Amino acid sequence: MNRNTACPHIEPRGYKSGVKPVWCPGCGDFGVLGSITKALSGLQIRPESTAIISGIGCSSRMPTYLSTYGFHGVHGRALSLATGLKVARPDLTVIATGGDGDGFSIGGNHFLHTCRRNTNMTYIVLDNQVYGMTKGQASPTTEPNWEKGKLTPSGTGINPFQPLVVGLASGANFIARCSSSDSNGTARTIMEAIRHPGFSMVQVLSPCVTFRPEQREWKKLVQPAPVEATSDAAQAARRLLTDKGLFTGILFRGSRPPYQPELKSSIENIAELEEEFCL
Amino acid sequence: MSRQSLSIALTGSGGSGVMTMGNMLLEAVAKAGWYGIMTRSAGPQIRGGEAAALIRVSNMPIESHDDSFDLVLAIDPASMGRFVAEIPLRPDSFVISDPQGGRRSSSLPESPAKVIDLPMKELAKSVKGGRPNMIALGAIASVIGLSETSIFAILKTMLESKGADALGASRTCVQAGFAAGADLLEFNTPQMQQDTDTQRWGITGNEAAGLGAVRGGVRFVAAYPITPATEVLEWMAGVLPSVGGVLVQAEDELASINQIIGASFGGLPSLTATSGPGLALMTESIGLAVCSEVPVVVLDVMRCGPSTGIATKTEQSDLNIALNGLHGDAPHLVLAPSSITDCVFTTQWAVHLAESLQAPAIVLSDQSLGQTRAIMNRPADITFMARRSVPAQSAGYVEENYTRYAIGDSGVSPMAIPGQPGGQYTADGLEHSQSGAPSSLPEDHLAQLDKRQHKISQFNYGEHWADIEGSGELAVISWGSTCGPIREALARMRDQGQEIRLIAIRLLAPERPSEMAAALVGVKRLLVVEQSHSRQFHRYLRAAYDLPDETRVLNRPGPLPFRPAEIMARLDDWGEGTGS
Amino acid sequence: MNDKPPGGKIDIRSSEELLAYALAMEIEAVDRFTDLADQMEIHNNQEVADLFRKLAEIEGKHVENVNQASQGKQLPTLLAWEFDWASGESPEGGSLEDAHYLMQPWHAIELAMQGERHAVAFFRHVADTSSDKPVVQMALELVAEEEEHVALLETWQQRFPRPDDGWDDDPDPPAIL
Repeated sequence: MNRNTACPHIEPRGYKSGVKPVWCPGCGDFGVLGSITKALSGLQIRPESTAIISGIGCSSRMPTYLSTYGFHGVHGRALSLATGLKVARPDLTVIATGGDGDGFSIGGNHFLHTCRRNTNMTYIVLDNQVYGMTKGQASPTTEPNWEKGKLTPSGTGINPFQPLVVGLASGANFIARCSSSDSNGTARTIMEAIRHPGFSMVQVLSPCVTFRPEQREWKKLVQPAPVEATSDAAQAARRLLTDKGLFTGILFRGSRPPYQPELKSSIENIAELEEEFCL
Repeated sequence: MSRQSLSIALTGSGGSGVMTMGNMLLEAVAKAGWYGIMTRSAGPQIRGGEAAALIRVSNMPIESHDDSFDLVLAIDPASMGRFVAEIPLRPDSFVISDPQGGRRSSSLPESPAKVIDLPMKELAKSVKGGRPNMIALGAIASVIGLSETSIFAILKTMLESKGADALGASRTCVQAGFAAGADLLEFNTPQMQQDTDTQRWGITGNEAAGLGAVRGGVRFVAAYPITPATEVLEWMAGVLPSVGGVLVQAEDELASINQIIGASFGGLPSLTATSGPGLALMTESIGLAVCSEVPVVVLDVMRCGPSTGIATKTEQSDLNIALNGLHGDAPHLVLAPSSITDCVFTTQWAVHLAESLQAPAIVLSDQSLGQTRAIMNRPADITFMARRSVPAQSAGYVEENYTRYAIGDSGVSPMAIPGQPGGQYTADGLEHSQSGAPSSLPEDHLAQLDKRQHKISQFNYGEHWADIEGSGELAVISWGSTCGPIREALARMRDQGQEIRLIAIRLLAPERPSEMAAALVGVKRLLVVEQSHSRQFHRYLRAAYDLPDETRVLNRPGPLPFRPAEIMARLDDWGEGTGS
Repeated sequence: MNDKPPGGKIDIRSSEELLAYALAMEIEAVDRFTDLADQMEIHNNQEVADLFRKLAEIEGKHVENVNQASQGKQLPTLLAWEFDWASGESPEGGSLEDAHYLMQPWHAIELAMQGERHAVAFFRHVADTSSDKPVVQMALELVAEEEEHVALLETWQQRFPRPDDGWDDDPDPPAIL
């Protein structure tokens, strides 16, 4: 990376907006916020050339806390906002952030099709397996026997969503898992995700200390994946289907070309379009 | 010059090619210097269903169908029953039908029209590769006085790609039909003035709306296919790349609306087109565009609702959702074109307003405008282009202390575009302070509600808010495609010496109380005309405006269009107390 | 917390490199205490917020000290993850997870002290493993400094009794936003 640009070097804190986060102290999202600033600093991307896009949820508050452009939209539609922005403005670095409910439940359809479309952007999912903002209901990634969700007091009894497996099957071009407790490692992975062409997804295990305090143990349970990232989707699928969701690192690097229509005018005057109507 | 016109319906089913034939006929009359419209009507089948091409040609521009049809050509008489309500006939109307073409509809014998046999299928059989619709085309051309050569010219341009054999077979069929039509019936085609001075266009309302959008500066479209809006998208998908734009086929309407909000946030004027079901899905995010103050245009080509309703047929029943479908207090723009020509202007204006006011604009077109092809005068060029207020910059930087949602006089605050250094802010659907930071303080909520309302209310919309035509104590008020038959009814009554005012509203939201009061000065009796079962437009008018004591309503649901004569009848009845 | 001792891998070969490590550690400490102060402020725990703010100020002075020591030297520029911290995180940079909105000064000081102890361990490890004499010398000086910080924090902590169990009880349920 170029560390000798004409613009002054931007430290990680230079990417913070100064708005104080409302997240619960102890929340994993603080670490991810730090990781994003470190990744952006690592790449020395100008804040004005970056847009952080989100939906609704605790982690979807992310844009407000960064000094980049941002959009905090409605629940579940971050990837659609981000797609429109990136297709319209390919010069920008576009990063979507959000939680497991926002991305895989209400926004599930957009997740599938954004993977398929493979627009050149990065999706950081802060996964805490719970709806924190609405007081701790089970989310798509919650384990079936978790009995503390008030809407599912006997557990959900249904299969948790496998974001990385589904992402791979749908065509995501870069797949990684991180832990918020590993702020520097997460930063590095996010930087790699931004650099990788096409749609990159990074699942960050980010504990909810209020509704899932047991997740504080994650930092002891996660471990770097014992193998290097593969570019073979079949191999990646086998690994993702058999790991217990606690291996971190870059798990898949694909090589599909990103979706990016060229926005280049080929006519002088809009009146030329009207010729087809002339009798 | 008085209006002269001729109405022809072509019906068929199961691959009989009535639409192709209708398009050729319209093309031929256009080449002959006439004006015209052609509306498609179809059953629910993707292929092989009943289809009708409803054509009206005239010596002057027309916006609606006539009271009845002069001529019906039923390639397949069994198909005609489906369209009995849509094709009113008179005793002096003619129905040309194929005696071997299947059983005549049971409704047909009730028709007062004269039925004339033309063995189209048999004639087509005598030509290798011949088709009955080409026999019919020749016969119709001959009956209404078009030249054989003019039809040949159309065949050449429209069928060339199908190869010499197909073209040859079609020519032979047209010739055979032309000969058969020569002495088929005695028909007085009105004298059509040839108008060659004015530049004329052949265009559908859907294409016209797309053109208005591109003229207005739209360069990004995301949309999901839906009847009857799809042709807007098909046309725009074709042209946007040439103007440096793009159309993205999205996975659903939720994605469509959010993609255009994202693109517009990035600085590109953006639009989506949909119909009622899609608009319903989009409403949450249209509210996001209101709150985050991102300009977008949502074109709703209305069809019969609720739910899937009748997807292929027209209705003016999305007025309520367009005006009131957003949750919270969410000021936005609602506009409606009142003719196919106006689809160009109103959509272009909607882009201009959305961009100027940083607000979503919903444009209500409908199936009858969108899927009708018109031969019309080229719409005038309009000068306004999309204009979005952006923050002042010095030396490439947005000036210090830039505040995205600053409260100012106009309510419109400059909108920084990503890429502009110093302009960084977070657009938010959460209520926010002037800086854009989320806020749950009552004073911030009130200030931003006021701001968003004020910018829409205080804007000078000029005279475009409505077309006020004519004068008099008796007035008709309407909107959208319904204005077509009303205009014709009023023109006929004017010819009879009766002066009646028309108020055709183009800007449905925000309300324009003082302009409306001025438009209604001197009006004692007001007839509200709308194509909605629950009188949505009348309820809206009552809520928003002071109406004359003597106000009556002529309403019905889609899909049947209003006919000029029934509007005239309702106005004539006024004094007799038979109105609603 | 960085539970693992800073062991093994680190092999610092120049005082510039060591200063780069020291600088990164202090900057991350400033950032962390600032973040924690902000968190406490937003959660209306002003007493602890003030304490974290003060700690951030002190760490800021440490940054100045390192900068002074670095004058005339060209420090290597490393990205956050290019530092060879044993646990992956800077000894004074992690442990945001240990914060709690009802935490008391005692906890805050405990949290800070753990960071300082990790720093002591880190520099001691450098002193033990480096073969470069000036590096060893500087590392020992830094050990002494960090030990002073620990001692200072210990005296601070004596002013606050260790909170009883149940200090984090909240009679109200979490809010729905």
